[in-house]
Amino acid sequence: MALLEVENLQTHFRTPGGINRAVDGVSFHVNEGETLAIVGESGCGKSVTSMSLMRLIPEPPGRIAGSIRFAGKDLLKLSDREMRAIRGNDISMIFQEPMTSLNPVLTVGRQIRETLMIHQGLDKQAAEAHAIGMLTLVGIPEPKRRVGEYPHQLSGGMRQRVMIAVALACNPKLLIADEPTTALDVTIQAQILKLMLDLKRRVGAAIILITHDLGVVAEIAERVMVMYAGRKVEEAPVAELFRSPRHPYTQGLLGAVPKLGSSLAGTATRLAEIPGQVPDLRKPIIGCVFAGRCALATDLCRQYAPGLEEKGPRHIAACHYAAKGAIAA
Amino acid sequence: MLSYILRRIVATLPVMAIVALFVFSLLYIAPGDPAVVIAGDQASPEDVERIRQSLGLDRPFLVQFGSWVWRILHGDLGTSIFTNLPVSAMIGQRLGPTLSLMVVTLLLTIVVAVPLGVVAAWKAGSLIDRVIMGFAVFGFSLPVFVVGYMLAYIFALELEWLPVQGYTPLAQGFWPWLENLILPAIALGCVYIALVARITRAAMLEVLQQDYIRTAKAKGLGQGGILFIHALKNAAVPIVTVIGIGIALLIGGAVVTESVFAIPGLGRLTIDAILRRDYPVIQGIVLLFSFVYVLVNLMIDVVYTLVDPRIRY
Repeated sequence: MALLEVENLQTHFRTPGGINRAVDGVSFHVNEGETLAIVGESGCGKSVTSMSLMRLIPEPPGRIAGSIRFAGKDLLKLSDREMRAIRGNDISMIFQEPMTSLNPVLTVGRQIRETLMIHQGLDKQAAEAHAIGMLTLVGIPEPKRRVGEYPHQLSGGMRQRVMIAVALACNPKLLIADEPTTALDVTIQAQILKLMLDLKRRVGAAIILITHDLGVVAEIAERVMVMYAGRKVEEAPVAELFRSPRHPYTQGLLGAVPKLGSSLAGTATRLAEIPGQVPDLRKPIIGCVFAGRCALATDLCRQYAPGLEEKGPRHIAACHYAAKGAIAA
Repeated sequence: MLSYILRRIVATLPVMAIVALFVFSLLYIAPGDPAVVIAGDQASPEDVERIRQSLGLDRPFLVQFGSWVWRILHGDLGTSIFTNLPVSAMIGQRLGPTLSLMVVTLLLTIVVAVPLGVVAAWKAGSLIDRVIMGFAVFGFSLPVFVVGYMLAYIFALELEWLPVQGYTPLAQGFWPWLENLILPAIALGCVYIALVARITRAAMLEVLQQDYIRTAKAKGLGQGGILFIHALKNAAVPIVTVIGIGIALLIGGAVVTESVFAIPGLGRLTIDAILRRDYPVIQGIVLLFSFVYVLVNLMIDVVYTLVDPRIRY
């Protein structure tokens, strides 16, 4: 059953240079307990999408349109007060920068306690006990001592664990993780991912994982949505997507991932890159959003935008040529 | 922490010594011969010489300075040339009104300026922000005595809500004491409120851009909690600094304010002493103000550690 259903999400920003269509007509859903990855390069609108779900986009200059149905309620129609009751309680978020996402002048314990006291109505003692329990759960040693410490006394990995503890304190139904491991050491990345998966199983939360790291996607996502220039260009179950990517952009992304051991096997090639840049989102885009960078683009692509079409089992992509096998890798 | 405070107090000793040297030199830098001044118009050269000797003004500078410091360390600030009363007693009498005025002004400033600055930053660019900042510029540009006379005219003479001038000691009741201080505190606080509100706004604007504010929103905190707990505590260091620096402003402003509202405080004593060239009194007051200022600076540093756990000495 769908926990979250996003219909035609449009997040636009008024800027001096015109309206920036950071997210332009994106639809997707997340089932209960499912992990959906949203991938794409910087500036493709993935973070704006996640911020829009939480209504954390400052309005103005931003404006969110469409519908975001979460557990039967349209989040865009809720009052600020009703929305606050959902943030951190039903939907919570982990951010990219563990070094700066925690408040430097408040103790770790206070930052975990807060959500519990606001949303669960716990008193200070109960919240403190729960906070210590959360720190234990996310694998922080000596939680009783750490609960009274400040973020600067913790390492980056520990801080991200604290962020996870904050996010999961109220047993949310949906956890949005915006590049949760990007700023961490590789060894710590693996630990944090494993922790997220463990906790997801325990709490039963659905996860939206926003990343540009396809390795992370392969490891923990069930379904993948690829975004480009503020639009969804492809969506498929993770194995299907890695096996047969349909959109040239997805193929480019996968081609840009180095393969370990390829030089030993003698199959080493230059790492593929996608030439060109993301189009200016302040100007209307005619035709396919990717046409300007696509090696296979034709006049058809430059004039008519392709719709999202079924290209395989539970696999959709927005490309005129994907189905015809013309671009099969 | 305690050892830090002790070290800081020890470190203030050289500062105070330099201040003392400067204060003592006032007597020599200022035009005119103090012995002549003290002796008055009718005195003969012999009288002047006698006074010079009795005050020790004929001894070498450093010897005079040494004995002056020695006396101060024993709590003796000297005797007023004009009233013949001990300077410490004269200051003691006047301390209450000035201290009251400064404390009330300080509290008024914090209670008014900080929330104004916070709201201005929260609503940055809006009408509310522009109105608050407009008032800040206004408050900054108006001299204390202009505001003072305006307030006295409107609220005391016309509306008769508050007394025009004077001072009632706290011992005679809280309200009579406060009633006399409201208008002077507003007049004196105007510049100070403007300054603190502006700094609060600037500091808050920067803090509100930070990632942890986004986190606080994502946790479902209300606007009040975000502004006054998550943001304000981070913005506190510059705010505390400017509140501290502003105390110097208050010391200067108190002199004028006390004259406008006829408050028998140190400000009035200062003016009287300057007009009469009563050097021991001037020296005592300047020394006291310097000492207060050094003490305030120490307090600011201690407050830093309370608001920001990353600051440790």
